[in-house]
Amino acid sequence: MSSNSLLLTHYDLQRSRWMMSKNIREELERWEKTTLQKVISKAPERQPSFQTTSHIELKRLYTPLDISDLDYCHDLGFPGEYPFTRGVQPTMYRGRLWTMRQYAGFATAEETNKRYKFLLEQGQTGLSVAFDLPTQIGYDSDHPLAEGEVGKVGVAIDTLKDMEILFDGIPLDKVSTSMTINSTAAILLAMYIAVAEKQGVKSEVLQGTIQNDILKEYAARGTYIYPPLESMRIVTDIFAFCKDHVPRWNTISISGYHMREAGCTAVQEVAFTLADGIAYVEAAIRAGLDVDSFASRLAFFFCCHNNFIEEIAKFRAARRLWARIMKERFKAKRDESCMLRFHTQTAGCTLTAQQPDNNVVRVAFQALAAVLGGTQSLHTNSRDEAYALPTEDSVRIALRTQQIIAYESGVAEMIDPLGGSYAVEALTNEIEKKAMEYIEKIDAMGGAIKAIESGYIQGEIAESAYQYQKEIETKKRIIVGLNQFQIEEEPLRDILKIDPEIERYQKEKLAKVKKERDNTKVKQCLAALKKAAQGTENVVPPILEAVKAYATLGEISDTLREVFGEYKER
Amino acid sequence: MSRKIRVLIAKPGLDGHDRGAKVIARALRDAGMEVIYTGIRQTPEQIANAAIQEGVDIVGLSSLSGAHMSLFPKVVQLLKEKGAEDIIVFGGGIIPVDDIPLLKKAGISEIFLPGTSTEEIIKYIQEKVRLE
Repeated sequence: MSSNSLLLTHYDLQRSRWMMSKNIREELERWEKTTLQKVISKAPERQPSFQTTSHIELKRLYTPLDISDLDYCHDLGFPGEYPFTRGVQPTMYRGRLWTMRQYAGFATAEETNKRYKFLLEQGQTGLSVAFDLPTQIGYDSDHPLAEGEVGKVGVAIDTLKDMEILFDGIPLDKVSTSMTINSTAAILLAMYIAVAEKQGVKSEVLQGTIQNDILKEYAARGTYIYPPLESMRIVTDIFAFCKDHVPRWNTISISGYHMREAGCTAVQEVAFTLADGIAYVEAAIRAGLDVDSFASRLAFFFCCHNNFIEEIAKFRAARRLWARIMKERFKAKRDESCMLRFHTQTAGCTLTAQQPDNNVVRVAFQALAAVLGGTQSLHTNSRDEAYALPTEDSVRIALRTQQIIAYESGVAEMIDPLGGSYAVEALTNEIEKKAMEYIEKIDAMGGAIKAIESGYIQGEIAESAYQYQKEIETKKRIIVGLNQFQIEEEPLRDILKIDPEIERYQKEKLAKVKKERDNTKVKQCLAALKKAAQGTENVVPPILEAVKAYATLGEISDTLREVFGEYKER
Repeated sequence: MSRKIRVLIAKPGLDGHDRGAKVIARALRDAGMEVIYTGIRQTPEQIANAAIQEGVDIVGLSSLSGAHMSLFPKVVQLLKEKGAEDIIVFGGGIIPVDDIPLLKKAGISEIFLPGTSTEEIIKYIQEKVRLE
């Protein structure tokens, strides 16, 4: 190597880059006019234009010209370092595979405990609890509004007793547990801590996640109880409690999943999720917390839909955009505070009831995109979920799909293998830009809470959902087996059925607990909780005392309802 | 028919999955019907009352939470008790096929499963309401 080449100036580099671009541009034009034109004039392309699900116009071909502005060190960097575009860990899946975490729960704690043990035996590496709707909305199984819902979409938990059964024989210092629980998150977290204590496990070592993302409940999922501001107070109380007592716990999983399932696009998913994230960070700072004391415990949850490249780019864009928001907007000092760690679930809304075995293939592609996008944990849907909760056989195939990606496909053996792809990088830029435009619009409305209260986010989601449905019905969008390639078939009959008797069983169990507990103690605990809620004291410690005394989930929720009131959908 | 068909789209129970209900409500509106959407978390009582107050011809119930067996028949029963058995009730959502005959026996006129086009539902309502 001559010494001259080492003395290349910045100007020389710029110039050589420009020369290269000029060369490619000239060559691209030549190709378009000759080779391409020759074919297109005779055989036009399948469609006049091609778009992603977020209506991003796709080019025929991406070249270095599309990423000529990309500054490697500034925009991509290295894994485990800001802005984390290429991944949050320095070794990614070469060090440790993502956590394979199937969302599961149905009927009673007894039944669900059996399913967890089955999943762990099959090589699953983390637990994910699905609660039934009464548990999620703060009603005991004997409440009139719980009728018909007990144990249906998840497991019914009324008291600590149920939680003890749910985790019986599962060492809470060894597994990590994710709980899809929002308005009653503080209660379920308290029960988890209490069960651990009975197992002799200190709260300081517990690992897991509570969803605790109330904002998206108003926007899409619907399991809210209290009005937004009161709910945000509980959220920040949980942040503060966990910082001191459950430091390894993810205190929130800021979720785009449900908004995407409700119909929004990939760009909207990133935008609305990060806008919610901004609202939580602002609320916590307002509550007096230092940004670097809680930001590293924030986790995220995204959907992985059908459009393979767009989804991969989405995950990378979300990581980079969140890192920039945390550093530039919130002045976070620690790198960990800027790190967007996320769970992924494949898109339930893409499953078809028609030819359900095809869903195995859809899920496999979606799961692969999530892995190529650098997910920290993954749930793969089962083929029969357009019909019911999955059977054991279906769940096994879903889990095996992850294991095949992990152990056979080879994609886990290098970091961000699609980084540098002209198309992936161009789409990553585009999604980040478009999501930021949305976030600025939401900022102008006064932030995510205001945008939800005014119905803006719900309206955007509903509009996208309607357009998507119209595209399917006009066959602008082909869904294999649904609007093309159909066959005559019988609907699936071999599905999981929940025994309606469990509602009665659950009520009896609840009545027994209420009879055997120290009811004076329960009353004292609930009074203490009420006092905390009326003042500014953190509500989590009195909730923990109440669950230990076997106060029910409904009693605790009712106590808070009295103080905070209830939210009504506008 | 000069009068517009009036439809109530309702979400009984605690289920928050309202994508389908909202898409259908909008599609029916685009097809020229007058549509009232209840929002989520309605009791059968609230739904029956709304159907009567709004003077609808037909009620569409959407449920994805598995509570349809107790909630759907209750709406039909309450309408009957309130002297409004002429209001037709249909349903849709995640509903096991084995439940369909039981729901029909309980007075639900039709059940639409995942993958149904909005066009199919529009056609059903137009024919059903005209016939009755």
